[in-house]
Amino acid sequence: MTEHLLLRHRDIPNIDQLDIYQQHGGFDAFRKAVTTMQPDAVIDLVKASGLRGRGGAGFPTGMKWAFTDKKNWPHYVVCNADESEPGTFKDREIMERNPFQFLEGVMITAYAVQANLAYVYLRGEFWQIASQLDRQIAELEAAGILGDKLFGADYSLRLRTHLGAGAYICGEETAMLESIEGKLGQPRLRPPFPPSFGLFGKPTVVNNVETLTNVPLIVARGAEWYRSFGTDKSPGVKVFSLSGCINRPGNYELPLGATFRELIVGRGLGVPFGHKIKAIMPAGASSSLIVATDEALNTPMDYESVPKVGAQLGSASVIVIDDSVDIRWLLDKTLHFFKHESCGKCTPCREGTYWMSHLAERIASDHAAQAEVDLLYSVASQIKGKCLCALGEFSIEAVLSGIERFKEDFVS
Amino acid sequence: MTKLVSLTIDGKQVTVPEGTLFVDAAKRVGIDIPVFCYHPKMEPVGMCRMCLVDVGRPMIDRATGQPVMDENGAPKIQFGAKLDTACTTPVSEGMVVIGASDKVKAARKDIVEFILTSHPLDCPVCDKGGECPLQNLTMAYGPGETRFLYDDKLHLAKQVPLGELIYLDRERCIQCGRCVRFQDEIVDDPVIGFFNRGRSLEIVTHSDPGFDSVFSGNTTDICPVGALTTADFRFGARPWELKSTSSICSQCPVGCNITFNVRREAASGGKTVIKRVMPRQNETVNEIWICDKGRFGYHYTESDDRLTTPLIRKNGELTPASWDEALGLVASRFSAAGEGLLTLGSGRLSNEDLFNLRQLTEGVKGKAALYTHMAGGDLTAQVGVAPGTDFGEMGKGTAILVAASDLYEEAPIWFLRIKQAAERGATLIVANARPTKLEAYASHVIRYRYGAEAETIAAMTVDRGPTTVAGHPSSVADASKAFAEAENAVILFGSDGLGLEGSQALSAACANLLVATRHVGRANNGLVGVWSRANDQGAWDMGLRPLTVDRRPELQSAKAIYVVAADPFGDDPGLLATFNLQPATFLVVQDLFLTETARRADVVLPAQAFTEREGAYTSGERRVQRFYPAAPARPDTWPDFAITAQIAQKMGSILEGRVPAAVFTQIAATVAAYAGLSYRKLAETNDQWPSVGSGVRRKGLYFSGTAYENKQGVGIHLPLSPTPLPPVNMQSFHLQGEGLLAVPVTCLYDRGQTVYPSALLHQRIGEVWVALHPADAERLGVVANSRVSLTLGGAEFDATARLDESVPQGVALIPRSMGIPINGPEAVEIRAGERVVL
Repeated sequence: MTEHLLLRHRDIPNIDQLDIYQQHGGFDAFRKAVTTMQPDAVIDLVKASGLRGRGGAGFPTGMKWAFTDKKNWPHYVVCNADESEPGTFKDREIMERNPFQFLEGVMITAYAVQANLAYVYLRGEFWQIASQLDRQIAELEAAGILGDKLFGADYSLRLRTHLGAGAYICGEETAMLESIEGKLGQPRLRPPFPPSFGLFGKPTVVNNVETLTNVPLIVARGAEWYRSFGTDKSPGVKVFSLSGCINRPGNYELPLGATFRELIVGRGLGVPFGHKIKAIMPAGASSSLIVATDEALNTPMDYESVPKVGAQLGSASVIVIDDSVDIRWLLDKTLHFFKHESCGKCTPCREGTYWMSHLAERIASDHAAQAEVDLLYSVASQIKGKCLCALGEFSIEAVLSGIERFKEDFVS
Repeated sequence: MTKLVSLTIDGKQVTVPEGTLFVDAAKRVGIDIPVFCYHPKMEPVGMCRMCLVDVGRPMIDRATGQPVMDENGAPKIQFGAKLDTACTTPVSEGMVVIGASDKVKAARKDIVEFILTSHPLDCPVCDKGGECPLQNLTMAYGPGETRFLYDDKLHLAKQVPLGELIYLDRERCIQCGRCVRFQDEIVDDPVIGFFNRGRSLEIVTHSDPGFDSVFSGNTTDICPVGALTTADFRFGARPWELKSTSSICSQCPVGCNITFNVRREAASGGKTVIKRVMPRQNETVNEIWICDKGRFGYHYTESDDRLTTPLIRKNGELTPASWDEALGLVASRFSAAGEGLLTLGSGRLSNEDLFNLRQLTEGVKGKAALYTHMAGGDLTAQVGVAPGTDFGEMGKGTAILVAASDLYEEAPIWFLRIKQAAERGATLIVANARPTKLEAYASHVIRYRYGAEAETIAAMTVDRGPTTVAGHPSSVADASKAFAEAENAVILFGSDGLGLEGSQALSAACANLLVATRHVGRANNGLVGVWSRANDQGAWDMGLRPLTVDRRPELQSAKAIYVVAADPFGDDPGLLATFNLQPATFLVVQDLFLTETARRADVVLPAQAFTEREGAYTSGERRVQRFYPAAPARPDTWPDFAITAQIAQKMGSILEGRVPAAVFTQIAATVAAYAGLSYRKLAETNDQWPSVGSGVRRKGLYFSGTAYENKQGVGIHLPLSPTPLPPVNMQSFHLQGEGLLAVPVTCLYDRGQTVYPSALLHQRIGEVWVALHPADAERLGVVANSRVSLTLGGAEFDATARLDESVPQGVALIPRSMGIPINGPEAVEIRAGERVVL
């Protein structure tokens, strides 16, 4: 690719300065939307671009905005900057280095659904980013880009950052809303979904940082232009967070549909120390383990293709696992994480992750009989399909796929 | 009309209102879907995942919008990939729900297995064992053995006091959140909550004192495991050892239906004792809830200080005597007194007791009087709420005016029911001289000066009001408009800051307002007295009237006074001086304890507690309800009606004294409103929803708590007196004098004889206090929580000063029955106590 669309700071130095960002067309899109476009026209444009949510689920963004209940006011926009999935660090780079494009995306979204208040919910560890964003929001207010009666139009908007207290579950959209409301971060029942019953019970659009960072360019350059990247059903570009056993870990912006090989070998320069790629976790800890066959490496990374090799694209945090890694060790680490992060609201997740974590620890320390591996598989299976939210459902992906696809690691 | 939808549950056709949840729809046709977190009185949360069912919906052709049919012409049903929670899924037309398949059973086994991995399985020593849903559901669905390694079990604190009344066993808790949601959603005392996450999730209290809610005991009923227990019952007995008896709570005029659980036990020396008080379902009275006073206040009935033998004053000392001697003496003195006999009974007595008291008194042309500080029981009989009234049905279109009552303290379950009516859309008008908890739910708040109660309500009748205090949402005129225009309207009047005179004026004003706005003679319309005792309404109905100012000569000229279930001298030591009673007056006291009045008596007769006998109370809503004997009576005591009958017999007249049912027959024959009633009718029950179990013998696995099923009577609502209400003359009533004014207020927990013997409640009762506005306190040099001395009615008292900005300036609130006698508003002098220099 010739230019970065999301990681634009890699092309344009100091784009995190407001004047530099504006010199490169910054906030023209927001001004254009507010002064020349009807809110619904913005939604239609984003629909036409085919932009899909980058938080993991890949839900069409424009469609989500259109679901916002217009009989119930006020509306809110909440940007999910909780970024807690192990192996995911794309939103952080965007917010730190290209913050104004991100904020402009939040602002256009707010205009599209006619929200006058938008929140950026950051994980607690992102406190430096939060204070940086606060300064930048103040700059925007001082510059008249945020505030009342923007650009002479009858539209007002305020942004607020909100820090979590360090809980993975608060990346789940309804738990995040509870957290902003000052409650314990536990997911709500869905339905109702946030576009009808969200923050403070009002219609709310919740989108990921990366998703919203796409929006200014779509508004500025058009849906057709955007569709020129990526695949037909997964248009656009994606920031892939590459980590694990890899020579050059980091964020890589590629069009959707690029193959695992292009990312891992082409950009990440393969695994170090002459090891072989054994497995890929394409969506962080919530991911199934893909056996790293040639077929898998040649699979395009988009929302439709990854399921064909038995996983999901998710947040596209690609963790590379080489043959030095014991899958039992990997499951132990993964399950320890889920046990630690389970909110405890629903039974299967609260009890199941605790149980699985204990089993995995014994299996990993080589002190378990085959029967315990079978039991772990059975416990994971009985969690499936019974949890209140996706956290519990995701906690078993690595377990089931790991035991099914890497049997040799479990023979003691 | 709500739309009805039809669906099939396990092959059974059900038609229920749209929006009904599966779990309830299934219960309606007798199918139990197991639940832990779901409770029919609360919003579903779908946390425990126990109620998983297989849900199929008719397939709809996208092109035509019509259902797709199979080869037999029946709609094709499409089942979801995952099981759904029955507690969160509302029914829809044509749904097919399967709750009995192997897939569903396996899922339930899985959930039970998960729950049991962190459950201590200490059923053999658990208070809930025997009536525990987790036990029942484990038997029904759970695995026979565990696959969980015991060494991995998480061990947690087992005796965590959330407050001094409720204990938490963290190991047993399954995090269903019923207790938290009950406190948040139902009673709005959000004093407990979840803390931490995952397996460390725990219930904690946010209040000081811990679990500060008068409804806290209910959480132990709805807890589906033995995690929450009461300090009263924990480690007390196993549920299957308990016998249960239906009763009526005697602590306030709501008339909550309760069940006494008793056991004969070695721990009590082989005696049969009450182990706990449980709510008994009556959806039109208390639903499945009771307050903590009702739950924990019963201990007085078992006090060792109870009177167990008649006493006669001999040589100045009260000396034990035989019943024969005592009754003979009383009878002869009563006969001699003739019309000089004054009987003073209270609403602690049953209708049968009160009826006999009046019969005996009027047999010799004496005067019977009701011991109370409230008036208006005659008005409630005429313009009270008509049969069919149900606070649980009130919502939009109903106005509820609560005048001069702090309902949270005076009648907690009415507080709850009226709060919920307001939440359903009823127009709640709260009129009081000081803010009360109920105001949070009010659409109109009227603030008046103490003393202006009747005047304010009267102003509502003529639609003109004094100006309101700034910051309050409405004027009297707004409130009276809303009241007058409401389709239905109810007034509850209490005694916050009122004595008998004030109460007379207020009740009359309330009655006039109802008549003027035509809110009388219909269900969900009328006047309710928030009486201070359980059966004050019954006492009025039995013809007893308070000793108003104009009746004082009766007291002064009395030759014999028969005080039953009342302690006038305890409440007001100055009474003797005030009324100039003759030392020669013959005083008989019939009570449970040697009260202050009894100490002055010539004869003391030991009565039975309501737990030891049967009878009927009439609630503030005028519902007549039966209570049954729960515990064996103390030897050598008699029920009040029987004692009265025996006195009468010795005086040569015949009164029914054998069984209360026979007395009640006489009541039905003489008291118009009670015509046609009988004990049998009072014992009739009806179908109630939600279905509850009954203790150990609980039917089914759908669990709404351990509240008892109503098997012994929901009571009968009395018809209104047909006599048209004459316009009530409202006596003008004004407070006299200047300076600080003491006004009586009611606290739920007080030092009264029927509360204080429950040692459990002492922490809540606390020290005797007086509440002042900080500005007054500053003027008097009184600091917060310091000791003060006060002069009231010529006597000196000590109290702790509470400073509270919600107390109107110039007023000192004094709690009733806490040690400072106060019958009505009167001048008080307060002096700062000696400063303790630390």
